[in-house]
Amino acid sequence: MPKLPNIKLPKPPVPPPPALNPAPKRPGAKKPKPSPVEAAQGAGTHAVGWIDERTSLSGAARWMMFRKIPKGTNWFYTLGSATMFAFLSQAVTGVFLAMYYNPSVTQAYESVRYINNEAFLGEFVHGMHKWGSSVMVILVFLHMARTFFFGAYKYPRELNWVIGVALLILTMVMSFTGYLLPFDQRSYWATIVGVNINGTGPLVGPYLNDFLRAGPFFGATTLSRFYAIHMMLLPGVIAALIGAHLYLVAKLGTTAPPWAKAEEDEALREEQV
Amino acid sequence: MSDKHQTKSKYTSDRQIPGAFEGETVTRRRFMTTTTHVAGAVAASAFLLPALGFALGPVFEQHIEKWQDIGPEGDFGADDYTPKTIQVTDGIGEAGRGTAYVRKYNPQVDSQPIDEYNHYIAISSSCMHLGCPVQYVPAAERFICPCHGGVYNVEGKVAGGPPVRPLDRYYTRVRHGRVQLGPKYSVNSNLDKFSPRDPGEPLDGIGQYLYPSRPTLRKDPNQSNQ
Repeated sequence: MPKLPNIKLPKPPVPPPPALNPAPKRPGAKKPKPSPVEAAQGAGTHAVGWIDERTSLSGAARWMMFRKIPKGTNWFYTLGSATMFAFLSQAVTGVFLAMYYNPSVTQAYESVRYINNEAFLGEFVHGMHKWGSSVMVILVFLHMARTFFFGAYKYPRELNWVIGVALLILTMVMSFTGYLLPFDQRSYWATIVGVNINGTGPLVGPYLNDFLRAGPFFGATTLSRFYAIHMMLLPGVIAALIGAHLYLVAKLGTTAPPWAKAEEDEALREEQV
Repeated sequence: MSDKHQTKSKYTSDRQIPGAFEGETVTRRRFMTTTTHVAGAVAASAFLLPALGFALGPVFEQHIEKWQDIGPEGDFGADDYTPKTIQVTDGIGEAGRGTAYVRKYNPQVDSQPIDEYNHYIAISSSCMHLGCPVQYVPAAERFICPCHGGVYNVEGKVAGGPPVRPLDRYYTRVRHGRVQLGPKYSVNSNLDKFSPRDPGEPLDGIGQYLYPSRPTLRKDPNQSNQ
C-alpha cells in the first residue's frame, strides 16, 4: 500500500443536534394520519405539486417572476406592466360588451344604446372600455418614452423595441377599428375621415381603402369587417406579441437607469493599479 | 485542413450512403424533409388563400350603379342648388344615403361644353379633403365643409382650405321629363373627368397616376345598367 501524502483532510461537519435531526421512520411503521386542518393546509401544496410534477412549470414561473433587477429600478419601470393591464382590462370588458353588441349597420347603434341605458352595469363596462382605450394609448406612449430616454432600446434589446413598435401600431389600429363600433354620427364620420387619410398614401392608398371598406363605398360589410378585425384578428396578434415582448424582457433583463453608476470593488481597483 | 472541410461529392453513391444508386444526388432524408415541408405548405395555403381571397374579394367586385330618379325637371333652377337625398349604398339604411346638390346647366357659370349627361349639374356633398359632408350656403355661393374648413365655389372648385381637388360630380340625364342621377366621377381643377377617386387624392399633375382608380369603377356612364 503506497504511503499517502501528508495532507490535511477537512473535518467532518458537526452533526446537527438530535432535536433537529429526527430519526428516520422505520420501514413498515404507520404514518400518522394528518388531522383535517393539516390536510386542508396541505391541499394547495399538493395540487401545485401535482401539476408541477407533470409540467415543471414552477421553473418557468421562477425564471419569469424572480429575476435580478438592477439597482435604481423605479416606478417608471412599471409602465410596461401598466400597459399590459390596460390591455387585459380592454380584453375582459370587450368580451362582455360583445355579449350585447350587434355589428350590423341597422342594429349596432340600438345595441350600444341598450348597453348604455338598460343593461345592468352596461354603461360602466362600456365606459371602462371607452376610457380604457385612451388610457392604454397614453400608457403605450409613456412606456415608449421611458424606453427611449433610459436608452433601453440599445443592444441587445433592439428586437424588443421593434416588437414594441408593432404593438404600438396594432394598438392604433385597435383604436381606429373600435371607434366605428358605436355607430353614431361621430364614429361614422370619423371613420370616413380615417379611411380617407389611409387613401392619401400614394399607389397603395386606394387599394387599402377598398380593403378597409370592403368595396368602393362605406357599405353593409364595413362595420362587420371592422368588428372582426377589432375583436378577433388583432387581440390574438397583440397577445402573442406581448408574450414575445415579455419573454425578451425576462431573457435580457431590464436596463439600469442611465444615472446609475457601476459600483467598483475597492480590492479590484487596487489590484488594477 | 482536416477531412471534415473537404467538399462532399453531390452524388450519394460517392458518399457511401447505403442503398445509393448511380446518379442520385438527393438523399432520402432530404427528400422526405422537403416532402413534409411541401405538404405543410399546401395544407396551410388550403385555408389561408381562400380566407385571403374572401377578405380581398370585395375590392375587385364589379360595382354597378343604377340611375336613380331625383325629381321632375322643374325642381331645379339654374342659379341655385337644390339638395337631394340620394342612395349611395343599398341595404345599410340611413348610413347608405348621401346628398347631391343639383342645378340646371348655367352657361354663365359652367365652362365645360354641354353634352348628354350634364344638362343638370349634380355635385356630391363629399368633401375632397377627407370626405366630410359639405353644405351649400346660398348667401355666400360657396360649399363649406364643417370638419376642416374646406371651401368651394359655385362650380365646386376649391376656393380655400385643405381640399385637393374640386367636388365630385354625378352624371345626370333627363328621361320623360324627370332628372336621373347616374354614376359618380371625379374632376381635376380644370373639371376634366376622371374615374371616381376617394377624397384626399389629388388629380392634377401626376396625381392621377399616384392614385390609381379601381378597375371595377369607371367614369363611363354607359357602364351602368338602366
